[in-house]
Order: sequence, then structure tokens, then C-alpha cells
Amino acid sequence: MERRKFLQIGAGTAGAMLIPVFGNAIAADELLNAMPRSAKKALADIALNAATQAGASYCDVRIGRYLNQFIITRDLNVENISNTESSGVGVRVVAGGAYGFASTNDMTPDGIANAARQAVAIAKANAKLQSEQVRLAPVKGVGEVAWATPVRKDWRGIPVKDKADMLIAANKAGLDAGASFMTASLFQINQQKYFASTDGSYIDQDIHRLWAPINATAVDKASGKFRSRAGLSSPVSMGYEYFDAKASDKVQAAGGVTTLYTGSYDIVEDAGLAGKQAREKLGAKSVEPGKYDLVLSPEHLFLTIHENVGHPTELDRVLGYEANYAGTSFATLDKWETRKFKYGSERVNFVADRTTPGSLGLIGYDDEGVRAKKWDIIRNGMLVNYQATRDQAHIIGEKESHGCSYADSWSTIQFQRMPNVSLEPGKARLTPDEMVKDVKKGIYVLGRGSYSIDQQRYNFQFGGTLFYEIRNGKITGPLEDVAYQANTQEFWNACSAICDERDWRMGGSFFDGKGQPSQVSAVSHGSSTSRFNGINVINTARKIG
Amino acid sequence: MKQLNQEQAKRIADRVIGFSKADECSVSIEGNRTGNIRFARNSVSTAGLTEDTQLAVRVAFGKRVGTAVVNEFDDKSLEKAVRRAEELARLAPENPEFMPAVGKQEYLTTKTFMGSTAGIDPDYRAEVAAAAIGQARAKKLVTAGFFTDNTRFSCVANSNGVFGFQEFTDLSFTCTARTEDGRGSGWVTRSAVDARRFNASEAAEVAIDKALRSVDAKALEPGRYTVILEPAATSEILGNMFASFSARAADEGRSFLAKKGGGNRLGEKLFDEQVNIWADPWNPDVPVAPWDDNTMLARKRTDLIKDGRVASLGYSPFWAKKTGNQATANHGNMIMAGGTKSLEELIAGTKKGIVVTRTWYIRMVDPQSLLITGLTRDGTFYVENGKIKYPVKNFRFNESPVTILNNIDELGKPQIIGGDEVPFQMVLPPMKVRDFNFTSLSDAV
Repeated sequence: MERRKFLQIGAGTAGAMLIPVFGNAIAADELLNAMPRSAKKALADIALNAATQAGASYCDVRIGRYLNQFIITRDLNVENISNTESSGVGVRVVAGGAYGFASTNDMTPDGIANAARQAVAIAKANAKLQSEQVRLAPVKGVGEVAWATPVRKDWRGIPVKDKADMLIAANKAGLDAGASFMTASLFQINQQKYFASTDGSYIDQDIHRLWAPINATAVDKASGKFRSRAGLSSPVSMGYEYFDAKASDKVQAAGGVTTLYTGSYDIVEDAGLAGKQAREKLGAKSVEPGKYDLVLSPEHLFLTIHENVGHPTELDRVLGYEANYAGTSFATLDKWETRKFKYGSERVNFVADRTTPGSLGLIGYDDEGVRAKKWDIIRNGMLVNYQATRDQAHIIGEKESHGCSYADSWSTIQFQRMPNVSLEPGKARLTPDEMVKDVKKGIYVLGRGSYSIDQQRYNFQFGGTLFYEIRNGKITGPLEDVAYQANTQEFWNACSAICDERDWRMGGSFFDGKGQPSQVSAVSHGSSTSRFNGINVINTARKIG
Repeated sequence: MKQLNQEQAKRIADRVIGFSKADECSVSIEGNRTGNIRFARNSVSTAGLTEDTQLAVRVAFGKRVGTAVVNEFDDKSLEKAVRRAEELARLAPENPEFMPAVGKQEYLTTKTFMGSTAGIDPDYRAEVAAAAIGQARAKKLVTAGFFTDNTRFSCVANSNGVFGFQEFTDLSFTCTARTEDGRGSGWVTRSAVDARRFNASEAAEVAIDKALRSVDAKALEPGRYTVILEPAATSEILGNMFASFSARAADEGRSFLAKKGGGNRLGEKLFDEQVNIWADPWNPDVPVAPWDDNTMLARKRTDLIKDGRVASLGYSPFWAKKTGNQATANHGNMIMAGGTKSLEELIAGTKKGIVVTRTWYIRMVDPQSLLITGLTRDGTFYVENGKIKYPVKNFRFNESPVTILNNIDELGKPQIIGGDEVPFQMVLPPMKVRDFNFTSLSDAV
């Protein structure tokens, strides 16, 4: 569901983009000037007081300043550079047992007080239609605290030209290696978020994220065939040091079929490999449909985890709040209550963790002022917990929230969003090369591809970026036209091996969509290379016209 | 800031262009007021009103371009925006594909504003939610839904004399009704420019009826079936195809419209001859702005598919210049010709088939053939001898819109369908299509 936002950004690359996607453009010299914390506290207090005086039993205020920069390149051209800024205040209240929310970019005392009063008026109007009163799990106020993403090089201080040069160098490497066309982009996010609530918290956070997607396309005009190979990096929550590639952060895939990346990224090297492999894909063997043992690499498996473990264990879906849009979940409360619902094989353990270094979900506090934490979702294959916010905790017998509340802007209401949900590494020592040796008839899948899953998260179909045939323990060559289909529960019960912690790394999504009006959030999922036995593979090649 | 009228918008645009010292300057001003109400579990969950007005200025020094946006409109702020754009332009590298701002355009006004929609207030929105919740409760169903209305204006101008101003309204409503035990689910979607053409009770009843009829779905074997696809079931599938009508992608060999050996397939018959699809900003059901925001080119009525043949491709200004063609504006809507029969009449004329209410999680699998995957959802029914016999479990499909539009048996009366993950307002007919490829079953309700 992340595509709409991505298309909006991509659409700008087709021509001269007039309107940046995320708000107001900013001059480079103004990027680093943040509003003083004391001023934010004063504004927050105005909202808290106005809401309380208007009859709110609870109020929280989010003062946001969102700075982004997008650089879009195609081949050896820079197509677009956008600096954007969006600032404003969102006020959420509980009054009469119901929620109310209002937001404004009028950051004067009057503007903020008016928004607070409007939120209370909306809450009171909603209370008339409310069947259950909002019940918030307690949060102890933390006073005035600050948290920031650990960053060694701030992207805001790096000259635009240096970044554009890096992307153009990547495109050149891809073209030189065999691509007919290359694109490379750089998305840079800074969220300055100030949260205050009537619980007594004043939390100032400075969050940074980066993503550098690339794409190589090779065309064979004689046959009319074209194939693409996307980048194999991950979006991260860290500083621009991510692009200072270290040899120790490079990982050789099983059989040495390509290079993968962990704590840093060599975009030029990856683009070169992308150009070469896109060209190779034009001549790859088309897969024979049937049952295969799949060896799934982490930068591919993250999306499978996201779709059939992350989303089904969101408690708002389980309860029906997303029924009209993103859907519900097969992982219903009755299954969880038994503590015997076998979600996966006994080696499958999933943890939710907002504290993982470098992950997109890394924060200090969520958008309800709850401190980031780690907890079990699936333990020894059994469903043991969900992802909850303050108003959901009591439903699953928890005394406090999991800290899963997030809003994508100061102007949108916070609601339950996925934390990082990751597969724990296997306990026995095992490398991807050793895993392949045990496979008689299999396919090694790397990188993200097409993905689709039903609205209760049973039936799914996933593709990938690169596919290699495995025969009798050896990788024999590239394959094409591969997609696998399965049922979520059957798939995770077919998990027969997981590589150890030496192979554990994260993939991530920048634009995970949910809610009405739709909002996006960024989240990572870690895993080691894992094997799934006897999975149905289809051939996706078709002829038209 | 309040919504601007044409005179106010023009004064601001002229002021901005006057501040610019660049070789050229383009201005876009947009303002909107958006209201919404969301409900679930037969209760309102969130409701709100958002207002915003912003001004974007794009300047160019030679082939260097910079863009800035502000939402303050005093002279000092307007000048600051121009200076910011100029600063960014000086920092940006030259773009070899830079194209100058377009010359003066003729924008023929489209009927995009209705006072009935602009007048929607919180009470109206609450009544929409209350109608759906009340009707569902009476049938012991649980609803979730979303209603949103939008009143906005758009203004474009540039230093070559381009100027356009227009006001818009629209609304959209979606509602899901589910049985309390989760064994049945139905859905409806409605969108309109004119609120007088929207009836919340009528819409909710459709979702309720489908929910009640969809309980105890039977499993059918996956395979190729004749299907009756409601417009909401094809909107995203076709929307993906429309997005691929780029001349550049085809000429470069990166599209299903690329020709073997080079060139594109303009003029070739790729679809059933019943297929006629065009874009028309003046269509009364889905009127859109008479200009394209990105290029500021005037939109025209344009055939995309005529009697099954590819009738036109989209040319960006750069690609048009390079290939000696006319640049085209990006389309804002898609209209597909249909027949006169209602959905019920299409069903009545079907010996064996499957009715699909809605498709879900549509994703491109292979851009070479436009192969798309996705699932059915919220009302899938088996038809025999002209009647719905029973509900069936949902399917996953793998199918190409090119194949769908080649396998048409019959088209019904077109309906308005709002875009979800595609950027087009659409008028689409229900379609009876043979050999639709269902590849697996889903247990999801």
C-alpha cells in the first residue's frame, strides 16, 4: 500500500515537477535552524491549557517540522532537486469519552488555542455516536527529555552537488556495465517532533532517515524484451555515513552470485552489478512451475515478514478498525487466547523492536509519549502477542502500551502503526552457502519484487529481484519469471532452517500505507537467510498481442 | 488563509512573476478545504477538517531549475519564495533535458465546481456515517467506512503569459458491511462532483446487501472463468495500463507498447474492437482541470484506444521535441465506452460466470506483458443460468489488462468510479469477460 506516495514522487521525474511532494521548499542555510525547545514548550502549554479548559480529560500536542530533500537522476542527468518543509501543530484530545483531533499551521498562540478548542468540540460531537469510551493505558510523564537518531554525518550539511555526483556516478557504473537505462534517487528525511501531554511529558525528538533506490533496465530491441534489476540496499535510520562504504559491511551472497550490504552501502558498486545483472536477466532460463525449497535472502524476506507477520499482528486490524481499507486479520483474538496457535515452525521467533540501531522504526518515544521497547510477537512458532497503542492495551490484558502510535505529519492523527518486526537468527551455526548445500531442488531469491496479499493476510504472492536455480546443493544459474504463492500459516510452518546471527541484516520500507485518509510510515524488518520447503512457484511469463 | 478568487490569485501570481530575476518563472497556487469522517465497529473513530493554501514558484537560469513553496502571501513572503527558488536553481546542475516554460495556452473552463458539495458541513458528514451505521445495525451487521469532501481552487501562471484559474469540488464514500461472525462482507464505493448525485442510504444498502448474500461462500476450483467485473474491480487494473501509454517508454523499448525491432505500436490493433477509451476534461461525470499541472499544457479530448487500436501516446515536451511530435498534456480522467445494460442485465444474460465486486492489492508482476496480480474481495458470486446462485470464496488472479480487453463478451452501462491508487477519475462500464485467469483460492472474507 505504499505505492501511491511513491508514484507521486516518481511522477515528478517525468517532467518538470512544479510542486514538491511534502510541503514548503527551504533554503539550504535555513535547514539547520530549529525552533528553541522553550518556545515549543510554551506553545504546547497553550494547547494543553485550552483543551483542558474546554473540557478535555486528556490532551496531547505534536509540534512538527518536517524537512526533506529528494534528488532524482536518470542516466547522466539530474532531473529534479526538491527541498521541502512542513511545519504545524496537531492536537488530540479525549472529551466525553471520545477522541477529537484538529491541526493548524497557524502557530500563533491564538491559532493553537483555537485548534485545541476545535478538537474538543469534535470529540464532544463524536461522543454522541460512541459505543465504547476511549480507555488509555497509563503513561508516566517523563518531564522534559530529548532523543535523536545517532548520526555521524548530517545529510543537511552535505553539498547538493556531492550527492548528485554520487547518483550520477552510480548511473554511469550501471550504464557501463550493460544497462540501457539507469535511475538513482536519494530520499532524505528529517522529522523534528515535539510531543507534550497532560500526563506531564515534553519530548523533543530529531529523527533522520535515508533511502537511495536505484534501478537498471536492459533492453534487447531485436526481441523486444526488457528486464530490470533494482538496488539491493536498504533504507536506514542513520546519517550520511551510510554511503561511506566499508569492505567489512559487504556480504557475499551464497555462491558469490552478487554482493549484499549491511551497515554501509556502496551505491556505485551495486549499480554496476545491477547493470550487469539486468543484462544477464535477458537471457536467463524461464522457471518451470512446481514445488521448490526456497532460500530467501534478508533483503527479500523483509517484505514477506512485513506482509504476513507485521500486518496481521496489528491489533487495530484484528479488531476491525481497518476493515474498510487495509483489511482485517486471520490472527484473531480467539487464536491468541489459546496460546497454542501455531503460526510457524518451532524455530520461528518474531520480536517487535523499536530500539534496533539503524532501523527505520528506531525512535525514543512514540507519538503518545510511550518509550520505545522490545517484545515478543511469536515465540517458538506460537502467536503470543500483538502490536498495541494506549487505547488498545487493556484489550489484550497489558498494563501499558507497546508504543506503536505514529502519525506521518503534524496535520494527521496518530494511530496504530507497525514497529520493526524481525525474525530472530537461527540458534545453530549456519551460513547461506551451507544452507544451499542441503537443497536438492530449490530457488535462491534475492531483493524485493512484486508483492500482493489478501485483506486477511492468508493468500500471498511474491516475486523478487534476482532468482537462481539450486540443483543438488549447487547454484546452477539465473532464473526468470518466478513468483511464489502460499498461505501465511502454511508458509511459516514450512520454515526448515534459519542462518545464524552472522547473516542477520535488515530490509525496510519507506512508504507503508494504512488508514483513511491514508498515511505512510517507515519500518524495517531483519532476518537471516531462511529456507522454506515445498513452496508453490508459478511462471509469470505471458505473451500479449 | 481563505480560498482565493480569480482576481486575488492573479494579483498574487503577477506579483511573484514580477519579483523574479530569472530567465523564466512559473507559479502555481492551490488551496483546499477537506472534511472527513471515518467510522468502524459501528462507531465514529475520527473526524476532521483540514485547510491549506500554498504557492509554488519555479524559476530557471538557462537549464538550471529551482522550486520553492510557501503558504504565506504578504509581499515579503512572496519575494522570499522567489529568492529561495533562485538560490536552489543556482545550486542545481544543468539538466540537458530542460525544456522552457510553455507559451500562452487557451484553457476552456470545465464544470468542476458545485455549490451543493462546497456546502457540506460536519452535520452532513455525521449524517452520512449515521445512515450507514443505522442501516447496518438494523440488519445486525458491523460497518466501517470513510466519507470525505473537498473544495479547492487551482491557479497556474508563467512569465510567457499563461494564466488559468478554476474551482473544484468532489466527494467520495466507501463503506464495508460485515456480518458479526465475520463470514460475510460487502462493499460499495461512490464518488461525485455534485453532492446531489450522492445518496448515502442507497450506497450503504448495496454494501449491506452484498454482506448478507456473501455468507457461507463455497470454494470453486481456480481456473479460467467468464467473469462479470464491476467497474471498481477493473479501475486499478486498467489504471496501470493507462500509465504505460508513454511514447518515450515505448520508443526506448521499456513498455508493452514497444515494437519488436524498435519503435512503438501506435495504430496497432491490440484490443477487441468494442474497446474505445478516451480522456476528456469536459466530460460532465468526471470533469477535471483544463490544464496539466506539471507542464501547464492545455488538455484536449484525446482518444487512447479507438475501435481496439492504440490511438495516441503521451509525449513529454522533451520527447516531443526530440522525435518531432506535438507535446501532450497529462490526462486527468479516462472514459470507456459501454453498452446500455445494467449489471443485473449482464448477469441475467450469463449462463455460467463469476461476479466480482472489487479487486484488491493490485501489483504489476511483469511490465513486459502488463501481467498484474491481485485478489477479489467483499462480494464474489457464482452465476448460473442468469441468476446469482451462491457466494464463492475469493480468488487470486494473474491477468493482463491487454488480455482482459481482448476477451470482452459484453459491456454494460458505464459508471463513475474514483481513482484509488491511480491518478485518474474514471467512467467505466461493467464488463463481461471470458477466460479470466484465477490462479489460487483465498480464505479471506
